[in-house]
Amino acid sequence: MSEQRRLGVYICHCGGNISDYVDVEMVKDAFKDDPEVVVAETTMFACADGTQHEMIRDIKEKHLDGLVVASCSPKLHQITFRGVAKRADLNPYQYTQVNVREQASWAHTDDHVGATEKAIGLVRAAVAKTKLSPELGGWVGGLGAMFPHGTSGREQIDLLVAEIATRPSITVLTDAELVSKSGSFGNYVTEVRIHGQEEVVTTDVGTIVVATGFDSYEPEAGEFGYGMEGVLTLPEFMAIVDSSDGPLTYQGKPVRTIAYVYCVGNRQPAGGNEYCSKFCCSATVHASIKVAARDAAVHQYHLHRDIRTYGKYELMYTESRERGSVYLRFPDDTPPSVARTADGHVAVTVVDALTGNEELTIPADLVVLVTGMVPRENSDLTSLLKLPVGGDGFYNEIHPKLRPVETVVAGVMIAGACQGPKTLSESVASGLAAVTQSAGILMKGFAELDPLVATVDTAACTGCTTCVETCPYDAISMITCEGAAVAAISAAVCKGCGGCVPICAQDAIDLLGYTDAQMRASIESLTKEPVS
Amino acid sequence: MVSTATVTGFSPRILVFSTNNISDPGIDLAGSRHLHYSATVSTMSVPCSSGLKPGWILHAFESGLDGVFIASDGEECALLPDCAERTSRIVSQAHELMRAKGLEPQRLKMAAVCSVCAEPFVNYMREFSQMLTTMGPVTHAP
Ligand SMILES: Cc1cc2nc3c(=O)[nH]c(=O)nc-3n(C[C@H](O)[C@H](O)[C@H](O)COP(=O)(O)OP(=O)(O)OC[C@H]3O[C@@H](n4cnc5c(N)ncnc54)[C@H](O)[C@@H]3O)c2cc1C
Repeated sequence: MSEQRRLGVYICHCGGNISDYVDVEMVKDAFKDDPEVVVAETTMFACADGTQHEMIRDIKEKHLDGLVVASCSPKLHQITFRGVAKRADLNPYQYTQVNVREQASWAHTDDHVGATEKAIGLVRAAVAKTKLSPELGGWVGGLGAMFPHGTSGREQIDLLVAEIATRPSITVLTDAELVSKSGSFGNYVTEVRIHGQEEVVTTDVGTIVVATGFDSYEPEAGEFGYGMEGVLTLPEFMAIVDSSDGPLTYQGKPVRTIAYVYCVGNRQPAGGNEYCSKFCCSATVHASIKVAARDAAVHQYHLHRDIRTYGKYELMYTESRERGSVYLRFPDDTPPSVARTADGHVAVTVVDALTGNEELTIPADLVVLVTGMVPRENSDLTSLLKLPVGGDGFYNEIHPKLRPVETVVAGVMIAGACQGPKTLSESVASGLAAVTQSAGILMKGFAELDPLVATVDTAACTGCTTCVETCPYDAISMITCEGAAVAAISAAVCKGCGGCVPICAQDAIDLLGYTDAQMRASIESLTKEPVS
Repeated sequence: MVSTATVTGFSPRILVFSTNNISDPGIDLAGSRHLHYSATVSTMSVPCSSGLKPGWILHAFESGLDGVFIASDGEECALLPDCAERTSRIVSQAHELMRAKGLEPQRLKMAAVCSVCAEPFVNYMREFSQMLTTMGPVTHAP
C-alpha cells in the first residue's frame, strides 16, 4: 500500500436534526470519487451503539486508518468516537469530528442549499486534515512483505514505534509542521505547529535531520493506458496484493495474467526524470514472487529496458524466473503501448528486442506500471531550512561519498529518499549516518564555527544594503555604527561563500582567508621568476 | 632541469580559480590519475566562484598571466543556488575591464568542473593552452 489513506466518513442524520436541512446523501456523494475515502455512509444516529459497532467492524475489515464523523458538536461526542477508534485499534487522534448540526443544519434552517454546501465544505476540510499523514512510518508503514527479507513493512514500523515508546529521551510529534527556525548553529530555536493549531511548540535544538522522503510518480492520463480499468501504478498494485490473501482478484474477478511495464516516469529523456529509482525493479520482481507463491498458475510478463536487481537482489530475479515469470526486453526507444481489447481486457504490445524485434501483444487482466520515485513537494520546508535542491529535485548533500548526509547548512542533515531514490536498507543506512553525525555534534557540547567568514569595513560601508539582499542565508543585517547605518555580518550565520564580496561597490567586504590583499599578493607571487 | 616551456618557447601561464568543495577535488583527481597538463597552469582555490572579484582577474593579467580560467561549480554549488548566474555576471564585468585595457576577452574562460571531472578539466586546459599559444603572450603594457 502507498501513503494513500483509507478513511471512513460517516454522516449522521441525527434523527432529522441534520437531515431535515442538510442533504446528507449529497454530502456523502461528495466523496464518491475520492480513492482515499474507502467508506462513506449516512447513518440515522452515529452515536447509537449499533452504529458504533458497525464503524468498528468497518475499521477492522476494511483496514481503515482514519475516521471522520460528521454529526453534532465535538463537545458532545468527540470522546465517544475517540473511544470507537480506540476499540478498533485505531489511533484515537486519527479521528476528526465535524460539527454539521450546531454549525450547519441548526444555524441555517432557513437555507437548505447553503447548509448543504457548507456541510460539504466542512466535511471535506476534515477529510483533508485527517489525510495528512499523522502516522509514523512513511511509505514503509503501508507496505506488506518487503524485499529482501519478506518482512512486513507495517510490522517493522510497529516494532520501531514500540521501541521509541520505551525511550523517554525521544519525543514524537505527529501531524506536526516546522514553521520557523531561527538562531545559529549550536543555538537553533524551532517552532512546530501541531494539528494545525494556533499556538506552536518552541524547542531549542542542536541539529535537525530532514527525512521527508519521496512521492511515487503519478502517470499522466493515457500514459501507458493509465486511467483505463486494469491499469495500475506499482503502489496501487502493492495495495491490492498486500490487502488480500489467496489467489489474486481485481474487482471481484480472478487475475490470470499480469503485465508489468518497467521504468514508468523514470529514465526519461533529457528534461524529464532522467534518474533510475533503484528500488522498483527489485520491488516488482519481489511482488511477482509473492503473487506466484499464492497462485502458481498466474502468467506474469515483465516488460523491461534492463533489470536492475543489483547485488544480492539478483537472486530474487532468478527465483522469479524459476517461478514462471517471463522477462521481455524492449528497446529504449520503443516503449510498449497499452490498449483496451474488444472483450474488455487490456493488452500490451511490446517489441521484444531479444527475439529480433518481434512485436508481441499480450492480453492481460492487470497492467502494472512500475512507477519510480519523484521528489516530494515540500517547498515550505525547503525554503525555511534553505535546503539545497539538485537538478533532479531531490535534496543535495555536500558530497555523496565524503559528506553524504550533511548539507551546507551547519547542523542540518538529510537522510533517506529525500536525498534521491533509495531502497529501505539504503534509507536506513543514511538515517543512521545522520543520527551518528548529530550525536557527534551534540555530545561535543559546543559548536565550533569556521572562522573564515565575511567581514565589513564599517568605515568604507555606505549603507546601500545591496549585500543584505544578496545573502541567501540572511547573515547580513543593518546596524547603526557611530550614527550611520552600516552592514554587519553575523559570524555564526555566514557560510563563508564570499558571494557578497564582489557585489559591494565600495569594496568594503572581505572574506577572511581570502581578503583582497591576500588574493592580490598570491596572484602576483605566482608569476615571480623561479629562483635560479 | 629544463621545463617544457623553455624548450618550446612560449607556454602560456594560466591561472585557474577553483572551488574548495567541487572543482578543486576534480582537479586533484586529474593529478591522482596522472593525467598531464601544462605545468604553467596553476590553481588557486576559493570557497565559491561567486566570491571572485573582477579586479582580481584583471590583476592576474597585469601580473603577467596569459589566461584565467574559472572552474566553477555550475549547478552543483552547495553554497549559492544562483552561483552560475553570479559567476557569469563576474565574468562579464571582468570582460569589460579587460576590454578597457585592450585585453582579448577570450583570455578569460569559465566552465563548470565537477568533483570527478578530471578528464574534462585536462581537456579544457589543453584547448585553452593551445588557444593562448596561438594568441601569444599578453602584448599590452598594463
Ligand atoms: C510501492 C513501493 C514498494 C516498495 N517496496 C520496497 C521493498 O520491498 N524494499 C525496499 O527496500 N524498499 C521498498 N520501497 C522503497 C521504500 O519505500 C523507501 O526506500 C523508503 O520508504 C524511504 O524511506 P524515507 O523515510 O526516506 O521516506 P518516506 O517513506 O517517504 O517517509 C517520509 C516521511 O516524512 C514525512 N514528511 C514529509 N514531509 C514532511 C514535512 N514537511 N514535515 C513532517 N513530515 C514530513 C512523510 O509523511 C513520511 O512519513 C518501496 C517503495 C514503494 C513506493
